[in-house]
Amino acid sequence: MAILSKEEAQAILKKVLSFSKADFCEVSLNGSDGGNIRYARNAVSTAGQISVMSLGVSSTFGKKTGSATINEFDDASLQKVVKRAEELAMLAPENPEFMPPLGPQTFPESTTYNANTAAMTPDTRAEMVGKSLSVSKAANLDAAGFLENSTRFNSIMNSKGLFAYNKGTNVSFSVTVRNKQGTGSGYIEQDFNDLSKMDTLALSKIAASKANGSAGAKAIEPGKYTVILEPLAASDMLGNMFRGFDARSADEGRSFMSKKGGGTRLGEQLFSENVNIYSDPLNLDIPSAPWNGDGLPIKRTQWVKDGIVKNLSYSRYWAAQKGVEPVPFSRSIVVEGGTQSLEELIKSTEKGILVTRFWYIRSVDPQTLLLTGLTRDGTFYIENGEIKFPIKNFRFNESPVIMLNNVEALGKPVRTGSGMIPPMKIKDFTFTSLSDAI
Amino acid sequence: MRRRDFLFMTGIGVGASMLESVPVFGRLISVEEALTPVDVALKKKMADVALNAAKSKGATYADVRIGRYLNQVIATKEKRVENVANAESYGMGVRVLAFGSWGFAATNNLDNDSIAKAAAMAVAIAKGNSKIMSEPVQLAAQKGYGEVSWKTPLEKNAFEVPITDKVDLLLNVNNEALKGGAKYVNSNLFMVNEQKYFASTDGSYIDQDIHRIWPTFTVTKIDAAGGKFETRNALSAPMGMGYEYLTPKDDEKIKGGPVTMYKKRYDIFEDVKEATAHIDEKLKAKPVQPGKYDLVLDPTHLFLTIHESVGHPTELDRVLGYEANYAGTSFLTLDKWESKKFNFGSKNVNILADKTEVGSLGAVGYDDEGVKCGNWDIIKDGILVNYQTIRDQAHIIGLKESQACCYADSWDSIQFQRMPNVSLAPGNVALTAAEMVKNVEKGIYMFGRNSYSIDQQRYNFQFSSQLAYEIKEGKIVGMLKDAAYQANTQEFWNSCTQCCDKNDYRLGGTFSDGKGQPSQVSAVSHGSATSRFNGVNVINTGRKLG
Repeated sequence: MAILSKEEAQAILKKVLSFSKADFCEVSLNGSDGGNIRYARNAVSTAGQISVMSLGVSSTFGKKTGSATINEFDDASLQKVVKRAEELAMLAPENPEFMPPLGPQTFPESTTYNANTAAMTPDTRAEMVGKSLSVSKAANLDAAGFLENSTRFNSIMNSKGLFAYNKGTNVSFSVTVRNKQGTGSGYIEQDFNDLSKMDTLALSKIAASKANGSAGAKAIEPGKYTVILEPLAASDMLGNMFRGFDARSADEGRSFMSKKGGGTRLGEQLFSENVNIYSDPLNLDIPSAPWNGDGLPIKRTQWVKDGIVKNLSYSRYWAAQKGVEPVPFSRSIVVEGGTQSLEELIKSTEKGILVTRFWYIRSVDPQTLLLTGLTRDGTFYIENGEIKFPIKNFRFNESPVIMLNNVEALGKPVRTGSGMIPPMKIKDFTFTSLSDAI
Repeated sequence: MRRRDFLFMTGIGVGASMLESVPVFGRLISVEEALTPVDVALKKKMADVALNAAKSKGATYADVRIGRYLNQVIATKEKRVENVANAESYGMGVRVLAFGSWGFAATNNLDNDSIAKAAAMAVAIAKGNSKIMSEPVQLAAQKGYGEVSWKTPLEKNAFEVPITDKVDLLLNVNNEALKGGAKYVNSNLFMVNEQKYFASTDGSYIDQDIHRIWPTFTVTKIDAAGGKFETRNALSAPMGMGYEYLTPKDDEKIKGGPVTMYKKRYDIFEDVKEATAHIDEKLKAKPVQPGKYDLVLDPTHLFLTIHESVGHPTELDRVLGYEANYAGTSFLTLDKWESKKFNFGSKNVNILADKTEVGSLGAVGYDDEGVKCGNWDIIKDGILVNYQTIRDQAHIIGLKESQACCYADSWDSIQFQRMPNVSLAPGNVALTAAEMVKNVEKGIYMFGRNSYSIDQQRYNFQFSSQLAYEIKEGKIVGMLKDAAYQANTQEFWNSCTQCCDKNDYRLGGTFSDGKGQPSQVSAVSHGSATSRFNGVNVINTGRKLG
């Protein structure tokens, strides 16, 4: 019941709109169906399955909007939710930033859905976790992990004729493997739309190898180092920066994209010339819905070209204020890289530090986007193109903006949390203290 | 419906971003609906259906939580209302122990048939999990309390205050900031009411009515010519109280320092005026010279350091490795506790876990597995003496009873170990914050939470504040910018040389501490008096972009 087809969703949405008496009415219908297993100390700790669907109605008279939601779908309930939204709209104050809904739009076909992932059962999950546990048990290591899958659909329709529907699947897996002495720890995480790409056995072997390899870490002095950031580590840093590509906060003078004296840094060389970033919901490696919550089509957008800021994200309201076209943001971010593998980046490094991932990243200064956080689950010293020994974890204080001005090389992008992200070789990365944490 | 009962959202996108840090889940309901509780007799009947169904399917223990979670959020920005949301989430979670394993299922269909099905599903999941368990779950014994109830002590239920009054309050707060030259100001009011009914096969039927409130704001000024901006957040605390928290009282204020400080009554207008003036000082503040300083930490700041560096590493489930893949583990391993001489901090450091302190976020009568709440020492005269735990882990540290630290953030979340209020005891010798400052040669006086980061075993941390004042030879000489301190937990707490007395004791807290996969939030308070830490490493976090 929770996953409706395009036609089923459309039929319910049309019915809801037929009850509307407001100047504008926007309706959304979303559902998800999924399950998870959590494990620790080489045994399952919790497992669950959840299925939900809900309908939201926003009714507007003039610039006064009211919203209501419901999770029952009989005719009487649908009538009730529309009536409730309309009553609330009549009582609401005017919203000076209200934008009338969009008319009909056309969207390309998305590739976010995979039937194998949608067909996952509790047994599929148990089997995948069993593979992970077989690795840790055989190597006398302790595993703690989480496997989750979901199928979801999102749909919207409004009284000006817009209809959008998207169905997608996701399976995500993460595991921390530690040695029995607590002196070594390894981690990996991965998510895909397509279940067949997920290999919990191979991923757990990487985490296990890092757990063994990171044992007996030596302390080296904090300071500025050349680092090789694995895609996960790079993604941890960049995720914080992508949220700053917002025109409004830049125009308002409260972002690292704000220009001294007013205005934004659009068109300026903010990064090294080898930095190119775009987003594209149709990218086959990291697809996402080709429309946003307003029903605005999301197109391929170049954010950074040869280090120059080419676009900022504009909401419909802010775009209207500034007399430009709205530019929606997308989750399908691609940081372009080269063809080199992580191993090749290591081979070309005379002295440096390999970082598996970062942890507990927090903003320190929003004006420079200075972030602090720590390395975790596998940090290694590189000399003459080889990993020499594991090192103790560091705290860093670094800005991703400064980091992307110090790019020496970018490897081949892979799918990680924030998008398609390459491993990165960065000079002068600032570590400020040591941590005893393993 | 009357004007005062309106409920609206001015845009789904705006709403979602405003609510990011606080769980507002469930369906939107009217204010009138929110004020009508579910009949206790009906809840008992539904609970018995679940308990009987679980037992008949083979459960050796079962508990049921029927939860009605109400959230009201009011968000304003400058002169307009961004969002008013009044949401309810209502349903039942059934947890069973069967075949030596836990199983859990939840439903929001509360007819007898659906309840029995959920109970049967929980038993089926337990049976499935039992195949990969190496040893059966050991549950600490717990006596049944029969039919009992508990309610947050409050003077004024915030859900009964008309929404227009709350909107007016926040818009007036914004006006104060704008009058003081602020360019932007956001103010928000978060209110939570958990109506929780717990029943178990131990023979408990516990009805609880729990309230929390959090007023907060952020004021921003822009120096366009200099390309700079600064903000100052409210110095309020989220509290386990009613709307009375927003009625100022002179005897709940501490004056005389650079900032007015509030105990269990908050003066939001006074604070916003001070905040707006502080930003001018922040824009002109001197960059901190890195080095060692004696830190004087106000409770509005220190609570988060306590939370991160004492609260989390003393969670027993972290110590054991249950959080290894997410929140992390802990440096306070069992051998350190067993030695009975692990020197966590100086002799001035006494840390108490408490689930009963009036006004605190963690105060409840009973936890989410039916254990009556109390308090206990975690750090005594600087030594690690205890952890925080629940029924199925108590035996690991030799306890016969749970410490009542079990919590789930919703009826459809599985209850697990969550932090009680963890607080630093005030000093026994009479001492005010002003007197403490007088004895500091080279120091920094910090107020309010800002950036915070700590490693996964809770050794190395970095914190910064809303306000940092330089102390020179016993006097506050001006404001500093870009100051953050980095320390190791054990070294930091061993550098604690003084805590002010109980007259300076105040609660701070967080509404949304995250833990678990899928992630759950919980609200927890941390009390302290202003405290001094000697010779802490302070760094300068200022940078320049090209």
